[in-house]
Amino acid sequence: MLILERRVERARLWMWASPVLALVLTIIAGGIIFALAGVDPLHGLYTYFISPLMDGWDREKLIAKAAPLVLIGVGLAVCYTANVWNIGAEGQFVAGALLAGLVPVYFSGWQDASVMAVMLLLGVLGGLLWAMIPAALRVRFHANEILTSLMLVYVVRLAYDWAVRGPLRDPHAMNFPKTVRFDGWQVLPAWGEIHLGAFFALVAALVLYVVMVKMLKGFELRALGSSPRAARFAGFSEHRAVYFVFAVSGALAGLAGACDVMGVSRQLQAPYEPNYGFVAIIVAFLGRLNPIGVIFAGLLLALSYMGGEAAKVSLGVSDNIAKVFQGILLFFILACDTLILYRIRWQGRG
Amino acid sequence: MDALIPILLTIVTAATPLVLAGIGELLVERAGVLNLGVEGMMIMGAVAGFGAAFVTGSPYLGILASIAAGMAMALLFGFLTLTLATNQTATGLAITLLGLGLSGLIGKPFTGQPITRLPNWDGIDILVVFSFLLAGAVSWFLFRSRAGLIVRAVGDNHTSAHTLGYPVIRVRYLAVLFGGACAGLAGGYLSLSYTPQWIEGMTAGKGWIALALVVFASWRPWRLLAGAYLFGAISILAFTVQTFALGIPSQLLSALPYIVTIVALVIISRNRLMLRANTPACLGRPFVPDR
Repeated sequence: MLILERRVERARLWMWASPVLALVLTIIAGGIIFALAGVDPLHGLYTYFISPLMDGWDREKLIAKAAPLVLIGVGLAVCYTANVWNIGAEGQFVAGALLAGLVPVYFSGWQDASVMAVMLLLGVLGGLLWAMIPAALRVRFHANEILTSLMLVYVVRLAYDWAVRGPLRDPHAMNFPKTVRFDGWQVLPAWGEIHLGAFFALVAALVLYVVMVKMLKGFELRALGSSPRAARFAGFSEHRAVYFVFAVSGALAGLAGACDVMGVSRQLQAPYEPNYGFVAIIVAFLGRLNPIGVIFAGLLLALSYMGGEAAKVSLGVSDNIAKVFQGILLFFILACDTLILYRIRWQGRG
Repeated sequence: MDALIPILLTIVTAATPLVLAGIGELLVERAGVLNLGVEGMMIMGAVAGFGAAFVTGSPYLGILASIAAGMAMALLFGFLTLTLATNQTATGLAITLLGLGLSGLIGKPFTGQPITRLPNWDGIDILVVFSFLLAGAVSWFLFRSRAGLIVRAVGDNHTSAHTLGYPVIRVRYLAVLFGGACAGLAGGYLSLSYTPQWIEGMTAGKGWIALALVVFASWRPWRLLAGAYLFGAISILAFTVQTFALGIPSQLLSALPYIVTIVALVIISRNRLMLRANTPACLGRPFVPDR
């Protein structure tokens, strides 16, 4: 029987070795899955993890894919550090995309630098307001934020679907559920595949790193997360913290949504389920809930998206394999994290 | 009256998967474990049940396969949260993410295939009947049997239960496996009876609604049954309204179950004292015995 032995203090080595070990285990498990699917494991793993990095255009795409994951992931890292469980970032992402998309539909002629700023701000606002619902329900009515924030994902997805098939639909789009194409200043500046969102992601990660590591606010959130009782005695308000972390994570998810429609698809279209909000949960954990760690984790999970596409195109495997790899990776991270707090021993019965 | 019976029957069929998964999760939470992987266990049950029925031609073997798939996912969840003492919230999420992906991968060849549907009499099949028996059995077990008392003791204070010599981890493993079997069965009901086909992501948040129902029912089986039926009634009402074509967007009606869930959670959570009196005190807290 496996037994756990509590360590005297957290093992610093495992804090950073655990995600590496988790990654190695995921690659081994991935090889087994490819073998079960009838693909030569080495060829499968090469196609999945290496081939998307081979040419420059793909590397640009990797950074573009990582941008929303990092933007959402750093916000969630702050949430989870404070032991607040916002798992509805996907909904806040869609809310941001929807609100930003209103501008080109209703003001298609608005063409100067201000329209870009307004659209980005509307994206932030959309995510922020959508995140305020579970925050307020938790603070005022003690309603479990895990369940409410998740339910709101389904609600906003349906609202988006209604809007894009109904009032926002481009009348010239032959009945396809799409809005008009965004144009000129309504599109984010881009360098190759990389749009401005990648820059925002980098800035958000650096700012939140400073907030969490160097400022009192970060200490307050960590205190509330790890020992709420002590934190209350220190005079930190749990209610304010819940609003704060939901606001930060919601605003960043909304910004990511706005950047995605302004930089990548350049219109709203249904169905729209990129799942960045859910994958960002894995990004936050893989990045050790540390904003700088999240940057690397975001790049890795972006690779898993691209590997899924590569596996679909050149191996004929369903792109669901990406979700399987992402799920397995989270498992291994959580399992390996046990080593931070405990030693694992094998003990015979008796 | 004649028009009413079909409506009542559709409510029963809409509520059954919630009852099955909800009762299972209720017992798990009574033992002090928060399993957010219900959705993932459910969808694995749905795909495994459908696959087994498709390959063997027997929906009954399908039921067994869905139970087995739910339990396999539960075993994985148990190994992490109980043996390795990982964070239950995060691990549950991992189960759900993995279940959604894995079921899509496994289910690819089954999309659009027909199977023999589970036999039913005007919509009532053995799983509907079983869901009632399950609610009764779990209620009796938790509040009338000695073993149930131990389960509740483990969920309310694992340290004391351990000190008294009860095997906390083993009790929790059994509870988690039972919950996984119920969630898998609920998924099997969806793909073998409710809509006898495999559709990717077909659970559509029902596992999460079952989780919310457990809170709504303040961890009592009969209240959970009532909550699930109330919920079924509201979702069927939405569909009935839709057929009258009052110009209400279909998306709003589809969103109704989720909105109702949020409202129900808010109403029940407002009364903090009542909730605190019923919540298993060790819910979501990992237990590692000192040696």
